[in-house]
Amino acid sequence: MRSWLFFCIALSIGALVFAFALFLRSDYLFFAGYVVLQFVVLATAWNILGGYCGYVNFGSAAFFAIGVYTSVALAKLGANPGRYLPEFLAGGLKSLLPLPIPALQLLAGIIAGFIGLGMGYLTLRLRGVFFAIATLAMAVVLQTLIINWDFVGGSRGAYIVRPANLALGPLAISYIEYLFLVMLLLAVIALTVARLIERSRLGYGFASIRDDELAAEACGVPTLRLKLIATTISGALMGMAGAPFPYYIGYVEPAATFGLPYAVNSIAMPMIGGTTSWPGPLLGAILLGSLQQIATVTISSAVNLLIVGVLLVGFVVIAPKGILGLIQDWRHARAKP
Amino acid sequence: MQPLPSAPARYRLEPGSRAMGVSLELVINAAVAGLLLGGFYAAVTIGISISFGMLDVVNIAHPAFIILGSYIAYLLNASFGLDPILAAVIVLPAFYALGLVVYQVYYLSFERRGQDALRGLAFFFGLLFITEVVLILLFGVDYRYVEAPYIGPTWRLGFVDLPLRMLVPCLVSLLLVVILQLLLTHTFSGRAIMAVAQDQLALQLMSANPIRIKRMAFAVSIATASLAGAFLIIIQPVEPSVGREYIGRVFAICVLGGMGSLPGTVIASMLLGIVESFTATFYGPSWAPAVAFGFLLLTLAIRPAGILGR
Amino acid sequence: MTAPLLEIRAVGKRFGGFVALDGIDLYVAQGERLGLIGPNGSGKSTLVNCICGTLNNETGTVRFEGRALDGLPANRRTHLGLARSFQLPRPFMSLSLADNLRIPLIYAVRRRSPLLVPPQELEARAVELLGMVGLDAKARRLPRDLTQVEMRKLELVRAMAAEPKLLIADEVMAGLSHSEIEDIIQLLLRLNAQGISIILIEHIMRAVMSFSQRIAVLVSGRKIADGKPNEVVNNPSVVSAYLGQ
Repeated sequence: MRSWLFFCIALSIGALVFAFALFLRSDYLFFAGYVVLQFVVLATAWNILGGYCGYVNFGSAAFFAIGVYTSVALAKLGANPGRYLPEFLAGGLKSLLPLPIPALQLLAGIIAGFIGLGMGYLTLRLRGVFFAIATLAMAVVLQTLIINWDFVGGSRGAYIVRPANLALGPLAISYIEYLFLVMLLLAVIALTVARLIERSRLGYGFASIRDDELAAEACGVPTLRLKLIATTISGALMGMAGAPFPYYIGYVEPAATFGLPYAVNSIAMPMIGGTTSWPGPLLGAILLGSLQQIATVTISSAVNLLIVGVLLVGFVVIAPKGILGLIQDWRHARAKP
Repeated sequence: MQPLPSAPARYRLEPGSRAMGVSLELVINAAVAGLLLGGFYAAVTIGISISFGMLDVVNIAHPAFIILGSYIAYLLNASFGLDPILAAVIVLPAFYALGLVVYQVYYLSFERRGQDALRGLAFFFGLLFITEVVLILLFGVDYRYVEAPYIGPTWRLGFVDLPLRMLVPCLVSLLLVVILQLLLTHTFSGRAIMAVAQDQLALQLMSANPIRIKRMAFAVSIATASLAGAFLIIIQPVEPSVGREYIGRVFAICVLGGMGSLPGTVIASMLLGIVESFTATFYGPSWAPAVAFGFLLLTLAIRPAGILGR
Repeated sequence: MTAPLLEIRAVGKRFGGFVALDGIDLYVAQGERLGLIGPNGSGKSTLVNCICGTLNNETGTVRFEGRALDGLPANRRTHLGLARSFQLPRPFMSLSLADNLRIPLIYAVRRRSPLLVPPQELEARAVELLGMVGLDAKARRLPRDLTQVEMRKLELVRAMAAEPKLLIADEVMAGLSHSEIEDIIQLLLRLNAQGISIILIEHIMRAVMSFSQRIAVLVSGRKIADGKPNEVVNNPSVVSAYLGQ
């Protein structure tokens, strides 16, 4: 199936989901759904580098936070441009800001992508292990930088004012519905990109790196370049997922934004769902995301995180290819005479 | 809270002060504080030097075991008034056993199957995460600390401050390293471990089972976490997420110290301790985590020969 | 005399205290068939690794078509025309046999933009290559379904897929039957007839003797003989170090 066809089909399914949710008229559904969709993007993005290339990124929270704080910084700037910029710039900026969410996402994506590229350039020449550790350390450094950056609120955090209802053509939708729609679109884009990569030469190159990087090099694969591409795309998507978040939650502070849940979920969801192909992260995100939304409400959020951790370790030990892998093996076993 | 010093009032640079005299004392104190810190970092890293440097097992959950050690020391200290270091020594066998179990699971699930490193990493990351969450559930996010006679006082040698809460862990830590180094070089098992680090095949031909040796070595590395945890809670109050700060430090030191070399680990620890101490004194303690990362990057950039997959 | 295709001068490599290669001088002429023999652990595979860039030699230079390869990563050397099979097969385990060949076909032969694949050409070429070693029936299967022998054949054909100017075959014949060895030799001879230089690393003397135009002998990291097959085989030091065993 050609990718644009996939994109259209996915978009239609997304539209149906949105219409259905509107019909149910439940605000909670939109709030919870936004989080699940966010994880679909994060899991898919992580998997491009982790599942396809075999390079583990422990710093997903950092890329997510880049998106978050891009929005925060621009919001702060927009609130009072005169304080930070010379007169002529401030005037122009005031008419531009506040930027619509998609524009914020684009900007966040570019910035996060660049940082991914830079970090990758420094660390991807080394063994995958060192890359993984470097990502973890990078998350800590970024968190330190944000904590010390008073402009975005430092450790005290920042409040973001959510605009009122929007008019989308004939529909008048609430802001949360708008955010849901935005994230839905991003999820469709992420899935399309992942699928496109999988079926392209790039995908084969990634797979060869994952399976045996040394042999891949001997076959002529430009491993460093491909890894950099993966890191950039992965980072950019994560940044784009983070950009609307301040408007969703209203108050951001570093401890929660850089918190472990993002790092663990970005890894757990693809590994539980299946890392070899795009349905894996989607499946993992929907299952695990919904599970967590339910658990957070019924049990405590700490227990819910514990469940994720235990599931991750369990799957990694027992079923390393995830749910998709289990299905594949079952079909393989049935097909054999 | 930070274990790192912030300069006492009489040492802060005032405008118009005699910069030479004052800053020399400041510098020396920062250096001494760095050395004490470095001694502690050596205890924290020694486990990784063994598991990662020698056995090539990427145990990024090591800091979680350390925090576990801290909490156990806290419990024994709060309930029975036991000295934290003594408590850690008592629990040593339990940590050793834990190490045996963890390695066995790791070996059966990953190393034997020849799985890619991704799974092993995810496994340990999961362990790190689970430990942290369980501790949060059991103890909450409040800071915990221990009571011991050497936590308050500070020795003063001339103008040099030697807080006992830093000095005691540093000295015991160095003792620990010396003991380990002696064990590695003078006992049969120790030499077997060092041989495994160099060449697995040769060891198999010597009819020593490398798996048993590796399991023992890994258990030793986890046992050190018990002591390191006690040191940690002596130096600073502890809460479950503190472990994560140490991941970057620990691997930076291990790599800079030449992977499996214990003396190298000590030197690298001191180096990092001093650099962090200077950063904290002159720029503020909130920048300390960034130092470790900078160190790591610098290390990876300068010493690639030891760490490329070739 | 034209410049050699591959020129190795004073190449040395150590691992810690162990000297794997000690000042090796070797050359391969255009279109030549060179046999490389020696006991296990003599440094043959290390030499291959240094030639192809998987390892970096500490001393000496490797020149290919007159160009120094020092510091060039392995994939660039493959682009220049070097290809090798690994002594211990390293197939891409999650890819089918045909897809295993697709990798060098895409990245060594057709180095264009990394996105969209025209599936027909690559697939057909991959299956054709597999046919040369009798693996075309298993084109869609995964490497885990192969026998050791089949994996070695896959290694060889994956190196061939890169359309090299110099092919290094590292112990591809281990475990093969008489007739299979003949088939591989014929295949390599056909490649050579197309102008591809070949370095054959083997323990099976019969194959090396019949195939090589020249033989080099490596023992403990040093080259102790280099010449016509008959001369080398009768060289006393070669006999005592290797052949007499």
